[in-house]
Amino acid sequence: MAGTPALSVRDLSVSYDGTPAVVGAGLELDEGQVLAVLGPSGCGKSTLLRAIAGLEPATGRVRWHDQDVSTTPTHRRGFALMFQDGQLFPHLTVARNVGYPLRIRRTPRTAAAARIAELLELVGLSGFEGRLPSTLSGGERQRVALARALAASPRLLLLDEPLSALDAGLRQRLADDLRRILVEAGTTAVMVTHDHEEAFAVADRLAVMRDGRIVQSGPIADVWRSPADPATALFLGYARVVEGAAAAGLLAAAGIPDSVSVALRRSALSVADDGPLKGEVVDVRTTPGQLRLVVRTDHGELDAVASLDRRPAPGDDVRLRVDATRMARLPGRSASHQPALD
Amino acid sequence: MSTARRLAALAATALVPLAVLGVFFVLPVSGMVGRGFWPHGHLDVGGVLDVLTRPEIRRAVWFTVWTSTVATLLAGALGLPAAYVLHRVAIPGRTWLRAILVVPFVLPTVVVGVAFELLIGQSGPLAFLGLDGSPVAIVAGLVFFNASVVIRVVGGAWESLDPRPAEAAAALGASPRQVLRDVTLPALRPAIVSASTVVFLFCATAFGIVLTLGGLRYSSVETQIYLLTTNLLDLQGAAALSILQLLVVTLLLLAAAAARRTPDAGVARSRARLRRPARSDGPALLATFVLLLLVVGPIASLVVASLRIDGAWSTANYRALQTPGAHQALLVPVTDAVVNSLRIAVDATWMSLLLGLTVAALVTRRSRSRSERHLRAVLDGLFMLPLGVSAVTLGFGFLVTLGRPPLDLRDSPLLIPVAQALVALPLVVRVLVPVLAGIDDRLRQAAATLGASPVRALAVVDLPVIWKPILAAAGFAFACSLGEFGATSFLVRDDRPTLPVVIFRLIGHPGDLNFGMALAGSVVLGATTAAVMLIVEQLRVPSVGTL
Repeated sequence: MAGTPALSVRDLSVSYDGTPAVVGAGLELDEGQVLAVLGPSGCGKSTLLRAIAGLEPATGRVRWHDQDVSTTPTHRRGFALMFQDGQLFPHLTVARNVGYPLRIRRTPRTAAAARIAELLELVGLSGFEGRLPSTLSGGERQRVALARALAASPRLLLLDEPLSALDAGLRQRLADDLRRILVEAGTTAVMVTHDHEEAFAVADRLAVMRDGRIVQSGPIADVWRSPADPATALFLGYARVVEGAAAAGLLAAAGIPDSVSVALRRSALSVADDGPLKGEVVDVRTTPGQLRLVVRTDHGELDAVASLDRRPAPGDDVRLRVDATRMARLPGRSASHQPALD
Repeated sequence: MSTARRLAALAATALVPLAVLGVFFVLPVSGMVGRGFWPHGHLDVGGVLDVLTRPEIRRAVWFTVWTSTVATLLAGALGLPAAYVLHRVAIPGRTWLRAILVVPFVLPTVVVGVAFELLIGQSGPLAFLGLDGSPVAIVAGLVFFNASVVIRVVGGAWESLDPRPAEAAAALGASPRQVLRDVTLPALRPAIVSASTVVFLFCATAFGIVLTLGGLRYSSVETQIYLLTTNLLDLQGAAALSILQLLVVTLLLLAAAAARRTPDAGVARSRARLRRPARSDGPALLATFVLLLLVVGPIASLVVASLRIDGAWSTANYRALQTPGAHQALLVPVTDAVVNSLRIAVDATWMSLLLGLTVAALVTRRSRSRSERHLRAVLDGLFMLPLGVSAVTLGFGFLVTLGRPPLDLRDSPLLIPVAQALVALPLVVRVLVPVLAGIDDRLRQAAATLGASPVRALAVVDLPVIWKPILAAAGFAFACSLGEFGATSFLVRDDRPTLPVVIFRLIGHPGDLNFGMALAGSVVLGATTAAVMLIVEQLRVPSVGTL
């Protein structure tokens, strides 16, 4: 499909009463791929998704292959949207909720029943056909909503924070399930989330959004490896951004070329007797897998990890090894990362 | 869609209800008011203002203010405890009791006036109290009607009140009385304020009850408008009072809207568990009992009196309904009036329902911009206005503006239904708006993204939620239309009267048979509206009658 993306969004803007919510957003996505739009709450990512679905008045272009759907009403776009809280029809059973898109498409009864059973099995809810939404748990409801969205056989599936209403353990499990289901069904999907781990678990591509603009997009590993600016790095789960002379020192210790600033993951520095950096332990915290330290070095206070068999205490001197694969060189300084809204 | 196009679409949809409101409400009312301001072809504002200094007008204004205030306080004093008992305490026969206590709201004023007259009149069982023709009787009548409003509005809020803050206060050492004062009543304050405003409004615009119980000695602003218009043909005075009333009522409606910021009687709401009656519930139970007596007493005496002739039980009064009464009291038999009333009520019901649904859909759709939100709010307020205009003004306005070319509708069979539909419209809108507003717009959007067209989305999302409220609103409008007296009394022709008008005529004519027939007619009318209301009650739509 090289050259002709399935979904292409050009210069899409949405504003409410003159206040911009989405500014000039552009996206491209190939058939069968999953794109995660990642951003803090209030950045306009849900509005972008709803605009793609045709639920928000927007300027700009939304195309599906060669077809411009910018003025097509929502129900004729063939894009299904799964809402953050599911939005199941409360008076219909699970089977009738999932079967609703089939009923609209006049699918014969037996074929519909088979498809409903198949979809419920896909989301792990076989046997739930007769239940009402109010008797389901939050996770079950989201699974039904997903099955219902898939029943529409959408050209494009839009997922609006599908997992954020769930508790942490369930979210992790459902994120893996979601990935499996989307891949098995070969679905092209755009998912909006504020949780970078969820994005990594589900998506192939990533677009980072801030203050109504898409600040960076690309294959998920690329974006992860080289964030566009310090704010993006921090949002992607990097623990700290170091600038200037300190950045130069750290990069030299890691043996990679100089840069204005550098983003460090928590595990970029680890305690090792033969490490090139020296420092004094300021704080120690124990987690199930490792010790998390804050160490004062020549380059300022930095995060570091140590294996559980070591027992460093505050005040101890330690030596640190630098792992170049857990840091990212950044082109800009943190002071200049905020793009102004017009 | 651009903002301008959305606003244009909104205006286009609003066109039909606005046109109806314009022709059948704004035109008659302004025609009536205009006659007061332009008595001799030129503007005379001073003359209108002079009216307000007349002693009998000032008396009427003062009388309206104090009776309405006292009646509002009493309705609250009896209605609040009853709301608590009926919605939070597990007492036997609760459902029935609730039905009995909320029915008075739709009973025709003429019927209630007759019932009270029977109880406290010269030969009534309570004649010794000397209340006949006194302001006490009028206040009692107003409380009779409006305690049910308090029970509905506050009871609904009380039922869905989260019990946990009260439990938290109790766990911190607050006594039941302190919990009530510090937690429960503050939480109910919006509902109480809203109910009081509406009750005051109803008291201040009450017509039939003041006319039948007040006689000529006492008159309120509303009955004064009637007297000035019909008996004295003093349109200037009537116009002045109408404008005064409209202003005050608009202010009250604005206050009620502000008090309503906190949720309307919602759709999805929690239900508190009922508690067993405890000793501390004694005063509340007593107040409920007093209210029950106030409601049942007059109705029972009406039913009994209608069945008694010369000290013996008889159904003669009911059989006489097939005749036009003694001494040519009427032109047609009462049964004709019953059929006529039902026919008019059916027409008024579908009209108010059609208008009400359009208006409710208009004002509850999600707004995309501030100007759009404002426009919807203005529309919402506009269609509440019929609540604030004297039905007498409306009726007489119909006569003076729609009774001659270019709009000669005086002989149209739809004239009375239109007037009644407008009177019922605010009630219908208020039943439907909270329900429609309670539907999450994202459900409709979910349907749309699954491929449902707007009509199909309506069928799967709105219809399952709204069909019961539509039925309830229909019943409500039907009951209101059956009992409507103020506007109808101006518009009926003597050969095609409605039942409330016939009852009023019969009371005015001498003769035992005529009076007996008025009683029997009242029972028939009251029983019909009560039956409709009890069916509505079975639908369990929380927003009915909450305004």
